[in-house]
Amino acid sequence: MPERKSYGRSHDRSGKREGSGGPGRKQYFRRKKVCKFCTEKIDVIDFKDTRLVGQFVSERGKILPRRLTGTCSTHQHVLTTAIKRARNIALLPFALES
Amino acid sequence: MRQYEVIFIIRPDAGEEETAKIITQMEGVVAGAGGKIGKLERVGRRRLAYRVGKYSEGFYVLFAIEGTGDTVKELERRLKVTDGVVKFLTVRVDEDLKRAAKFKALRAKQEARRPKSRPPASPPAPAAAPAAPDAAQG
Repeated sequence: MPERKSYGRSHDRSGKREGSGGPGRKQYFRRKKVCKFCTEKIDVIDFKDTRLVGQFVSERGKILPRRLTGTCSTHQHVLTTAIKRARNIALLPFALES
Repeated sequence: MRQYEVIFIIRPDAGEEETAKIITQMEGVVAGAGGKIGKLERVGRRRLAYRVGKYSEGFYVLFAIEGTGDTVKELERRLKVTDGVVKFLTVRVDEDLKRAAKFKALRAKQEARRPKSRPPASPPAPAAAPAAPDAAQG
């Protein structure tokens, strides 16, 4: 498997950019995110594949936005459907207490 | 004829023979309503992601069915009235499979057209400093 990126970034974004912490915000290199489904050539996103689909869900069970995961528009669309199906059949949670 | 996937959850406290009975019963329903079962997979016991009724566990069964809308309608009706079934979901898959096949063919064609265009393993980007974890900021 190619390099793994941390998809679960949402959890440390508790507040909206808490002030601009200190002088001169640290500029860090942001890697260009690529769509996992395009690069790995996954044509059908199967809702039964919880391991795959579960990567795109936050700790609370929310669907992660494209801006965090880098999924392309087409695949985000299909992925959303898959997540919703998985929720329906209790493979993924609708919501989790945290 | 269309292709469907029907996945359903059987009560965890049902015995082994009751589970088997429900499965064979559903097979019979599909056959009786003019459908064909392509694949029958007993996924097995799994934790449910949330409580359904009083159950937090269930026995998953997956049917891949070829049939018409009436087949699915009848099967769903039967699943609904069967007590041992906690939850079920039907998904029509033929269009997705067709789409996938199209992409696959397209890729194969592209590959065939320019087989030499693939440089011998472009070097992976140097492991630049990974994006600093968000915890570091603020």
